[in-house]
Amino acid sequence: MKRLSSIFALTILLFVSCGKKESSGDDFSKPTTEAPSTEAPSSETSSAATDAEKYDPHRGEGKYDKVDLGAKLDQAMATEGEKVAGVKCTSCHKLTDEKLVGPGWKDVTTRRKPEWIMNFITNPDPMIDKDPAVQAQLEICLVRMPNQGLNDTEARNILEYMRKNDGVK
Amino acid sequence: MKNKFIQSIFVIAVGSMLFTSCKPKDSGDAVSGDAAQKAYVAPGKYDEFYNFVSGGFSGQLSVYGLPSGRLFRVIPVFSVDPEKGWGYSEETKPMLNTSHGFVPWDDLHHTEMSQTNGEVDGRWVFANANNTPRIARVDLKTFKTAEIIELPNVGGNHSSPFITENTEYVVAGTRFSVPGDYVNGDVPINTYKQNFKGHISFVKVGKEGEMDLAFQIVTPGVNFDLSHAGKGKSHGWMFFSCYNTEQANTLLEVNASQKDKDFIMAVNWKKAEEYVKAGKAKKQSVKYVRNKWDEKTHTATSETKNEVLVLDATALKDICYMIPCPKSPHGCDVDPTGEYIVGSGKLAALIPVFSFDKLQSAIANKQFDGDYSGISVVKYEAALHGEVKKPGLGPLHTEFDAKGNAYTSMFVSSEVVKWDIKSLKVLDRVPTYYSVGHLCVPGGDSKKPFGKYMIAYNKITKDRYLPTGPELAQSAQIYDISGDKMRLILDFPTIGEPHYAQAAPADLIRNNGQYKFYKIAENNHPFAAKGEKEAKVVRQGNKVHVYMTSIRSHFAPDNIEGIKMGDEVYFHITNLEQDWDVPHGFSIKGANNAELLIMPGETTTLKWVPDRVGMFPMYCTDFCSALHQEMSGYVRVSPAGSNVPLTWSVGTNQPKI
Repeated sequence: MKRLSSIFALTILLFVSCGKKESSGDDFSKPTTEAPSTEAPSSETSSAATDAEKYDPHRGEGKYDKVDLGAKLDQAMATEGEKVAGVKCTSCHKLTDEKLVGPGWKDVTTRRKPEWIMNFITNPDPMIDKDPAVQAQLEICLVRMPNQGLNDTEARNILEYMRKNDGVK
Repeated sequence: MKNKFIQSIFVIAVGSMLFTSCKPKDSGDAVSGDAAQKAYVAPGKYDEFYNFVSGGFSGQLSVYGLPSGRLFRVIPVFSVDPEKGWGYSEETKPMLNTSHGFVPWDDLHHTEMSQTNGEVDGRWVFANANNTPRIARVDLKTFKTAEIIELPNVGGNHSSPFITENTEYVVAGTRFSVPGDYVNGDVPINTYKQNFKGHISFVKVGKEGEMDLAFQIVTPGVNFDLSHAGKGKSHGWMFFSCYNTEQANTLLEVNASQKDKDFIMAVNWKKAEEYVKAGKAKKQSVKYVRNKWDEKTHTATSETKNEVLVLDATALKDICYMIPCPKSPHGCDVDPTGEYIVGSGKLAALIPVFSFDKLQSAIANKQFDGDYSGISVVKYEAALHGEVKKPGLGPLHTEFDAKGNAYTSMFVSSEVVKWDIKSLKVLDRVPTYYSVGHLCVPGGDSKKPFGKYMIAYNKITKDRYLPTGPELAQSAQIYDISGDKMRLILDFPTIGEPHYAQAAPADLIRNNGQYKFYKIAENNHPFAAKGEKEAKVVRQGNKVHVYMTSIRSHFAPDNIEGIKMGDEVYFHITNLEQDWDVPHGFSIKGANNAELLIMPGETTTLKWVPDRVGMFPMYCTDFCSALHQEMSGYVRVSPAGSNVPLTWSVGTNQPKI
């Protein structure tokens, strides 16, 4: 063993002395700009512990802090929401409480705060990674809800359509 | 026992390590100690450059990262690609249409990136089809072939697709002169001298990249080989190398290598433009097609064109000039300043470098050496800046860096030679493995080379990789050219046989507004199903249109009955996903074409003609979720005349209780 370590020491010495003098300043592996944006799923680099502490399971994570709902249903918005949902949502979600690919929508607006819904449908990936309830749901559905690229208006209209589905008049 | 064994292994390992680390430079393998570090891109990190490499006889365009040599994508261009449904889906078939009908293969030789003010701008990559002459434009927002234009009057579109400094034109010179399509081509082959003509095409490129054959210049019959545009002071000129000025029509190997000098043809295209405007071009009757991809309908259309304007180089005395160039010139390259034109005579023992200023004064002072079939020949010395003496054997192509250096590939002596453009002194040489053809320096044919790396694309591979039988991968080598000496840092295999390649900084391409998916709201495909409520099956006589949707992880409909023998079934599949990197595939048993690969928001169509009665499974081919294996369905095929009604459904076709 001793002999081995002395050979090693010698090697390192020789290696260093024979090595070429190159500036190590050139880092060819450096990314040309920042790493992929937050849109990429599960590629967040910040520590999970900090995220878990910061995560608010009532609000979710995303751009919406507070969503004001009208006392009554906005019929026009709900109608627009139904159109968008037909293209982007109802392939996987039924309006009843029956699970299709994802859970049925019935009573979602009473189970969840409006800001949670808005954040989840516009920013699903980080929430699937962090929200305990969503993670439990994922164990049942086994399909991550895709980001369907909803804009603010579309998302808010879908929420109104969900309210209509839950009997808001 | 075991310990001793390990010890001896260590001693051997240590020994060889010492040997390697102390090995003097240039002692055989030509790789220096830190090569791995220079070419290493850590997992999850990005490369510095995109490298757009011709796929040669594969007909496709490959995209690599530099300096890692990692393959990112193969973009189908001139050949069908069953993996992506290119040339198999109904929407893509028109892209491969030509005046000869549907052509499923070609030979893609050269790539050229679009430029603005002589600098690579990251919008498009152009590529040429050598066999059935065409030019393609690949859109770098989608990495998809957006347009293909055919060229009439041409045989072997080799001298292409080189662009002018603001991408005003993309040019194409004929490699094989032929009688024009507008005359009778049914003539004896040995009447080459009388009947065969060269045509050079100038294809105008519009703001959105749309290509239009503006005019052609007809020349005496020769073989045009390569070309490059003037830039800066020489903007407005285009330079074409030509060989077979002997006008041989057989055994060219011998008969086209007779003369000491062939030519580089200098074309004043601004002057040619003026002549076209002044009505000096003849309208000729020809037939060619132009195929365009529409991003909103996700469909290509092919239109046939019947006319081309042709200028006669011998009648109009001041648009073309011949510069004598030794021994069958191949590469024809213009340095970043636009002053020096490098002709690489592939059988010559020197490299002539011409001066644009001297060429201009020679033309002004009529320093001519007679004419070649009616085109003035400029006196060799009058246009010559100087010659690079003894550069090596078989010079082919030259690229440039931003420091006044040129890099020329030497096919016969398998090396790259670095030389100083002004002094013409050879500065360095490195071996390649083996028989190098084209070279690429990022931005190396533009006004603003980015330098740093030089890639050699070799014609012969031999022992560079583990052997794979008679056919081997093509080999490319990356050299670090940031210092005085060129240093080999990596080998990487390539597809097809790469000819020219271009490279640009990664940020220029990745920040160009690239698409991550297609917006479903903007999908104007006539058979799109935007949402499952639009999914349906419609019969029109024996044609059956299936409006199908796909989302993780099911098709709608996934049960179809009532298809009969004799039907033509069109599956129009809309991918409802609106997220990056979630394509769905589609395939059905017995389909005589290929799969579909449908990008998020896209609609794509597979034609299927059932050949027998029975049950036909269909499924998603691109693993999409944990329930991907469940993404499948059935089509029931009944005999002709059967009374099984046409029905379709998803999730409701349950067993009768």
